[in-house]
Amino acid sequence: MTEFIFFLNQVLISGAVLGSIYALGAIGITLIFGILRFAHFAHSELMTSGAFIAFLLALWFSSMGVSLPIPTGFVVLPIAMVLAALLALGIDKGFYSPLRKRGARPVTLLIASIGVTLMMQGLVRLFFGTGSYSFFENESKAIYRIDTSWLGSTRPLVVTQPQLLMVVVTIIAVVALHFFLTRSRLGKAMRAMADNADLAQVSGINTALVVRVTWIIAGALACMAGTMLALDVTLKPDLAFNIILPIFAAAIVGGLGQAYGAIAGGFLIGFAETISVFNWSIVLRPLKSVLPDWISIPGNLALVPTEYKLTVAFLILVVTLLVRPTGIFKGASS
Amino acid sequence: MALIELSHVVGGYGGAPILNGVDMAIDRSDIGVIVGPNGAGKSTTLKAIFGLLTVSGGGIVFDGEEIANSLPDKLVPRGLSFVPQEKNVFTSMSVEENLEMGAFTRRDAFDDTMAWVYEMFPALKEKRRQPAGELSGGQRQMVAMGRALMSQPKLLMLDEPSAGLSPRYVIEIFETIVRVNKEGVGILMVEQNARQALAFASKGFVLANGQNRFTGTGAELIADPEVAKSFLGG
Amino acid sequence: MIRRSLTLFFGLFVLILLIGSILGAPFTSSRLVEAAAYSLIALGLNIQWGYGGLFNFGVMGFLMLGGFAVTFMSYPVNPDFWGSDGPWMLGRALIAFAIGAGLVLAARQSHRIGIKGGWKVALTVLVWFVAYCTYRSQIDPAAAYIEANAGFVGGLGINPVFGWLFGGVLAAGVAYIIGKICLGLRTDYLAIATIGISEIIRALIKNMDWLTRGTLTVSPIPWPTPLPQDLQVGGMENLTALLYARSGYLLLTLLVLAIAFFLISRAYSGPWGRMMRAIRDNHIAAASMGKNVTNRQLEIFVFGSVLMGIGGGILVSFTQIFDPTSYQPINHTFIIWVMVIVGGAGNNWGAVFGAVLIWMIWIISEPLSKAVFDTLSFWSTSIGWHDIPDIEARSAQMRVFVLGLVITIALRYAPRGLIPEVVHREK
Repeated sequence: MTEFIFFLNQVLISGAVLGSIYALGAIGITLIFGILRFAHFAHSELMTSGAFIAFLLALWFSSMGVSLPIPTGFVVLPIAMVLAALLALGIDKGFYSPLRKRGARPVTLLIASIGVTLMMQGLVRLFFGTGSYSFFENESKAIYRIDTSWLGSTRPLVVTQPQLLMVVVTIIAVVALHFFLTRSRLGKAMRAMADNADLAQVSGINTALVVRVTWIIAGALACMAGTMLALDVTLKPDLAFNIILPIFAAAIVGGLGQAYGAIAGGFLIGFAETISVFNWSIVLRPLKSVLPDWISIPGNLALVPTEYKLTVAFLILVVTLLVRPTGIFKGASS
Repeated sequence: MALIELSHVVGGYGGAPILNGVDMAIDRSDIGVIVGPNGAGKSTTLKAIFGLLTVSGGGIVFDGEEIANSLPDKLVPRGLSFVPQEKNVFTSMSVEENLEMGAFTRRDAFDDTMAWVYEMFPALKEKRRQPAGELSGGQRQMVAMGRALMSQPKLLMLDEPSAGLSPRYVIEIFETIVRVNKEGVGILMVEQNARQALAFASKGFVLANGQNRFTGTGAELIADPEVAKSFLGG
Repeated sequence: MIRRSLTLFFGLFVLILLIGSILGAPFTSSRLVEAAAYSLIALGLNIQWGYGGLFNFGVMGFLMLGGFAVTFMSYPVNPDFWGSDGPWMLGRALIAFAIGAGLVLAARQSHRIGIKGGWKVALTVLVWFVAYCTYRSQIDPAAAYIEANAGFVGGLGINPVFGWLFGGVLAAGVAYIIGKICLGLRTDYLAIATIGISEIIRALIKNMDWLTRGTLTVSPIPWPTPLPQDLQVGGMENLTALLYARSGYLLLTLLVLAIAFFLISRAYSGPWGRMMRAIRDNHIAAASMGKNVTNRQLEIFVFGSVLMGIGGGILVSFTQIFDPTSYQPINHTFIIWVMVIVGGAGNNWGAVFGAVLIWMIWIISEPLSKAVFDTLSFWSTSIGWHDIPDIEARSAQMRVFVLGLVITIALRYAPRGLIPEVVHREK
């Protein structure tokens, strides 16, 4: 049973956490693609700077003596999300909107988003250096150990508070997004514009407003993903830059432009990554007594060595592109 | 004062103008039909009215106001609606959501209007939860018209509503257009089925090279031997 | 047009002189060699993006391949490896790889013996898995053995110029495989796919310690031209020897650049180039004219990657050290993009101009920011505020910001680059 709990810890919990991050990031990318038709490369920087905004707010809060049972970084999240949404709006206004007005091709916007990536990364490093920070300098990270001895396991099921919060927050965000897209006037207008931008304009939909709403949602969710990731691990300037590939893979695998696809793709890639680097030899250990002597279980039986974790997302991406280029949920093709 | 009045409209997509002086006047009770050869500027006229291309000369007065170069999100609330020829439904959205998008500019309750549209197109009511992309061509055209009617327009513009439809649906669509007009919505449409459309048109315009060639009632144009010879295929 | 280009090149020349006079000749000579190598790389990207409209975001991967190639070819032979069981174990791994590849190919033909549909898919997946396990069962112990007994495979001790060429060949091979899979995808997908490939190449080179020594780095890698030390032995004074040696290296690099430039320009003004432009500007029309678009794009992708591989090799042999951890997407992929976009995509002179200019900007933005920060710090302390802490570290980070700023400004105000493509009128 110990082995099973180990499996749950390593695969189920890690996978859910990773999947949540990927899903939140991929939703933003997929929404922006649906509305503006370009791959927004700087999304990772929105995530990272969102996390840094939350970090600064948390510092400020704790300097004022605010102390709560849940992480301060989490408490300030709503404010950070608002600020990150404003930041996203500002970036669009400053860098993408002038190009769109000139009628630039989507690929030019993609290159512009590289420029934005570089500038934001430069700025973050200018102010925060290249080191890493922790949200838990002055407070402790609560860790829940769920005793599983009644199952016959010697190890507890371990979940940290940020991990639990992350999954909960992701579920809330996804449900809220679902209701927004299917029930609200603006949400439907967003879907309409992603479906057929020309017809949306002809219908009198205020497309500029829809673009703004898209950036607000994308910025807020990016901030949420970045902050939760930084709460789970540590905060550093290349926090999200390193995971932009699996996030894009999640968006493409789910079908670009499809919000639900991005969620499915995020969790698919999150779980696939954790399963591939999982060391199966520990789970197989109980078989030792059953197996004949000449079969020995190697110490490391991971499908993919941890160093090559990235390959997993990439392989899933390539297979998807070859087998079903529109993604799981039929997204933009051609 | 006509509902919409185009006086010598010149316009195009930036380069050489496609419209070289188009004149038109439509009342709320009218069904106006624009016919003419390919490339005469028929669809372009509708797009020019709707702000989808640049009007560089002349004027467009709608409901007493100059509207040249206004964008759709300003025109729709004023009572102008447009049904493009192609890709005129949101394929991934349900029929009902398509209709709701037509009412995007309205801030009041639009249940009555939706009921009215369903009354006009009973087939849509049964399929209201179905994605519009799954419907047949004729039903899509109904969704597109229904969407355009949701903003309670004074003038409905249609770009070749009968294109690609089977003859049975062509008649149905034309009948619906007449019915919509009877409910007090002015109609301005471009049609390839010129003879059929002019038969019920109260105003007909024959365009060629971006200019009016003949203007008159539908019946007059059909009766005119020159129009019949050059534009209606004999 | 030509006048504008000449003025710009003259301005660049003045800038280099200025940098040389302030930062010194030894420093500047190194940067010039690098700039020449980057010009070659930028030409490669210019072929792919400017000519072919192909979005290659994996430049870093090709540079690493070139770097590995030159290390492997030119580094001295490692007798510990050749005298051990290592070669034999690697041979077995190679056989295992061949068997695996054979099995996979066989599985793909399994429909011939009546295995169809879902069964074929299942069989293919299973065979892939078996092949993968077979290979891993051989390569893992071989890698462990070599790392334990010989450190790493070592080199072949051949002249670095062959290493550069091998870099080109290696890059071509990888580009061919990527191209076969990814070309024909929409632009954004190709961008993501190439990023993925370059990250995988980086992960491989970083972690295959038995082949590349990974993070332990390999040095010193020999030069194809005499080293400064060699000249000093001949009795030359230190500084002169340094400058002479670097000039020699620079000349060789410029020669490679000139050959590449000449060949590309010739090809591009011929029928091949006309076809390329037709394909880039209108995919569908070109395809309907009976041109095999995907094959032409594959050609261009491979050609461009060859230049990147060679350029990557030149860079590594110049610094004499192959350090996989020094490769970053910003310094090795995005900067090349900035060079091509700012210089003028589709124009070879533009690409070279952009490469040199951006490399110089990249170089001077650090000391320049330091000067700015120092001044600011001086002012802020003199009026009683805090000074700016960690100026050294912060200035280094400004390079990235400046790079981003340059490209966004270029996209906004000179979207076709400083020396734009000359639009050929087809008669």
